[in-house]
Amino acid sequence: MSTTVSDTHSAHDAHDDHHDHKPTGIKRWLFTTNHKDIGSMYLWFSFLMFLVGGSMALMIRAELFQPGMQIIDPHFFNQMTTMHGVIMVFGAVMPAFVGLANWMIPMMIGAPDMALPRMNNWSFWILPFAFLIMLSSFFMPGGAPAFGWTFYAPLSTTYSTDSTALFVFSMHIMGMSSIMGAINVIVTIMNMRAPGMNYMKMPLFVWTWFITAFLLIAVMPVLAGVVTMVLTDKYFGTSFFDAAGGGDPVLFQHLFWFFGHPEVYIMILPSFGIVSAIIPAFARKPLFGYASMVYATASIAGLSFLVWAHHMFTTGMPTFASLFFMYMTMLIAVPTGVKVFNWVSTMWRGAMTFETPMLFSLAFVILFTIGGFSGIMLAITPVDYQYHDTYFVVAHFHYVLVTGAVFSIMAAAYYWLPKWSGVMYDDFLSKLHFWCSLISVNILFFPMHFVGLAGMPRRIPDYAIQFADINQIVSIGGFLFGFSQLIFLAVALKCAFKKGKPAPAKPWEGAEGLEWTVPSPAPYHTFDVPPKV
Amino acid sequence: MKVRLTSLFIGLVAMFTSAIASAGQGSQLNLTRGVTDISQTVYSLHMLVFYICVAIGVIVFGAMFISIYRHRKSRGVEPAKFHDNLRVEIAWTVIPFLILIGMAVPATITLLEMDDTADSDLSVLITGSQWRWHYSYLDYDVEFLSNMATQREQIYGRLPQTENYLLEVDRPLVVPVGKKIRFLITSDDVIHSWWVPEFAVKKDANPGYINEAWTRIDEPGIYRGQCAELCGRDHGFMPIVVIAKEPAEFEAWIQGEEQRLADAREEEERLLSMEMSEDELMSLGEQVYLSQCAACHQPNGQGVPGVFPGLAGVGVSVGDQNAHIDIVVNGSAGTAMQSFRNNLSMRELAAVITYERNAWGNNTGDLVQAADIHQFIQGNQ
Repeated sequence: MSTTVSDTHSAHDAHDDHHDHKPTGIKRWLFTTNHKDIGSMYLWFSFLMFLVGGSMALMIRAELFQPGMQIIDPHFFNQMTTMHGVIMVFGAVMPAFVGLANWMIPMMIGAPDMALPRMNNWSFWILPFAFLIMLSSFFMPGGAPAFGWTFYAPLSTTYSTDSTALFVFSMHIMGMSSIMGAINVIVTIMNMRAPGMNYMKMPLFVWTWFITAFLLIAVMPVLAGVVTMVLTDKYFGTSFFDAAGGGDPVLFQHLFWFFGHPEVYIMILPSFGIVSAIIPAFARKPLFGYASMVYATASIAGLSFLVWAHHMFTTGMPTFASLFFMYMTMLIAVPTGVKVFNWVSTMWRGAMTFETPMLFSLAFVILFTIGGFSGIMLAITPVDYQYHDTYFVVAHFHYVLVTGAVFSIMAAAYYWLPKWSGVMYDDFLSKLHFWCSLISVNILFFPMHFVGLAGMPRRIPDYAIQFADINQIVSIGGFLFGFSQLIFLAVALKCAFKKGKPAPAKPWEGAEGLEWTVPSPAPYHTFDVPPKV
Repeated sequence: MKVRLTSLFIGLVAMFTSAIASAGQGSQLNLTRGVTDISQTVYSLHMLVFYICVAIGVIVFGAMFISIYRHRKSRGVEPAKFHDNLRVEIAWTVIPFLILIGMAVPATITLLEMDDTADSDLSVLITGSQWRWHYSYLDYDVEFLSNMATQREQIYGRLPQTENYLLEVDRPLVVPVGKKIRFLITSDDVIHSWWVPEFAVKKDANPGYINEAWTRIDEPGIYRGQCAELCGRDHGFMPIVVIAKEPAEFEAWIQGEEQRLADAREEEERLLSMEMSEDELMSLGEQVYLSQCAACHQPNGQGVPGVFPGLAGVGVSVGDQNAHIDIVVNGSAGTAMQSFRNNLSMRELAAVITYERNAWGNNTGDLVQAADIHQFIQGNQ
């Protein structure tokens, strides 16, 4: 944006802005326009949602511990799977990335704050209300939405309870929050880079978020459209998804997945950026193929708009549509492969150490790749007929989302915690957290491949007895993984209360980037004067 | 610490590989080979892609582990400085592309074959509804509903679970072996998905639209599957059982069915003039209620608040009798309450309505007879 405006402003407000002059108590958090405060709130909020969504997952796993219905009713089970999905996607993973973007993007590009700080405040503060609305539906007659996070019509229209209305409005609010967050990221990156920080010098985390933000702006309105159509189909007599009125239930799936597939990449592209920052830092060697990383990210984003119907192979699409979506989906393996090869080449002949951020990143590379492999298998249409809607799919997307996205968020948290808090995290607890998570997450998700292949459908509250042994193992893994995350809570709280060794400005020997040039903890205002790059 | 780390990684990989290897031995951990040509092809395609992935995994993770082991700071190595290599980068873009083409070719051939439903010998219309399947043989005068047969006592742990727990139905679909069977698949309410793994057939049942799939089964046997698309509360209790018989046996079976259904219709006409006693109505009614209605309205008639209305002491069950007959016979548009007109006989309809009007303390004292139902339907035409 125009530098003259901000120059005159800073001249006027210099004596206000330049000291850590901020309201205290609740007002600081309610009215803050500071990217660091907002980033912290996003991160704490997402962790809270992670625990809420996680306890729902544990409820699911407790019921599935053995065949037969023991703990919850099938209808409540469906509410659990639905809300677990919605909360993890929209409440845990996405806000965590927005939190990281808030904290890190201005510091990485040498900007004093996000470009639109008041909007930034708003885009965070509407989120808790969105989730309050969503969660309050549990207290309605008939309970919370029970149609899966994918809310396929007509299960979500004609055959749903009135919680659908709350679901739709809270989705709208989340969508607004995401769009505003995305606009902020784009405007910040385009206008507020420090002199000399040209596009091809930006850290990959900034690049991947830049591309992610465009994806968000492109698809969140589609989500808003489709939830509105659900609302009008249910309450205002339209028939978008009802054949009796000339509509088509499959149209819903096309619209939903036109949002939903890019959404998947929204949740993984920033992970690529995080891992691309951490691996070079701990391999003490520059990232291999920076430019190809940027191009690969951009092509994954582009292709993400052309693959949506691979979620719908069994809906009875024309053969040639199936073929098109199969080929396009397989094609995504190429740029994704480039990224994995680049990370491995970055490690090659480096001088590696294995601090906790690096451990999570290495686990990310391996386990995300396993999720990618099952993704290629799922892309093959004739075989997908067998995999579709089984636990094989559940295993696939949890490898991508948990050991992919969530592990990268953990890696990022450990990597930047010293910068955020000014103290080093508890090394023993962090390693304990890593090893407990790594082992339990694989006990949790790996055997799901097997029950899926053996024929266990997903989203069922009870199952045939031949699936009993594996489900028992999976449930044990689930509880171990869930409780392991409390170790992370302990680590984060210790840092928040400044219990730990003081961190230097640059705690990692091989780390690169502007964020390490400011002291730890990062002062309330950084880069009031743009750095020279 | 670091050595332990490496060995743990290696241990984990070893664990996976051995698990995967045991999955390859046709045990319950892998995809079924199935009993049709297509399902065998699908199985080989699955294994082909799987082995390619394993090979790539071995190379990539192998390089990573070598690097983790050898290029550690604790071994005193100096980091190299290189950060790109055009030739290598082109190679690892082009080679995966070629591998993908290698997978795409057989996949395309298989898909074209799977989608070719022409020249079938027999057509079955499959209609999903919450939560049962309806089968109708288009070439014969035979149709019936297929409900899950597993008892609630087993589900709720009051009886031990038997071998085919949740995978058994009251009336299985019967088909001949060696014939090309075309399935026409649709739904009465929400989206369901008809899936029998042994045939590699999974197709969504979309309300208002008809999907096609086909199979040709090689060996006689009993094949089991389940609904594969979330369809509401009892999605997990909507099994599919298909019995494949030799063509001659199938012919005998289907003729027997035609005869049985024709007799039943005749019997029904005859019974229209007969009054059933309260005990008969109530005991048949309870049977029908538990198999057809209890999934939503619950065995105790309480329903599920906000989702499925209760019948005990409220609503049509204690209100106007004709309104009650109407909702059971014609269903209620825009709700999960389907029409039972074609799914139950007039006796069964009369019995279940009588049961609902007198069970759980409703005690209206109304006895509905088959003739009342007959009259109602006639009056509506």
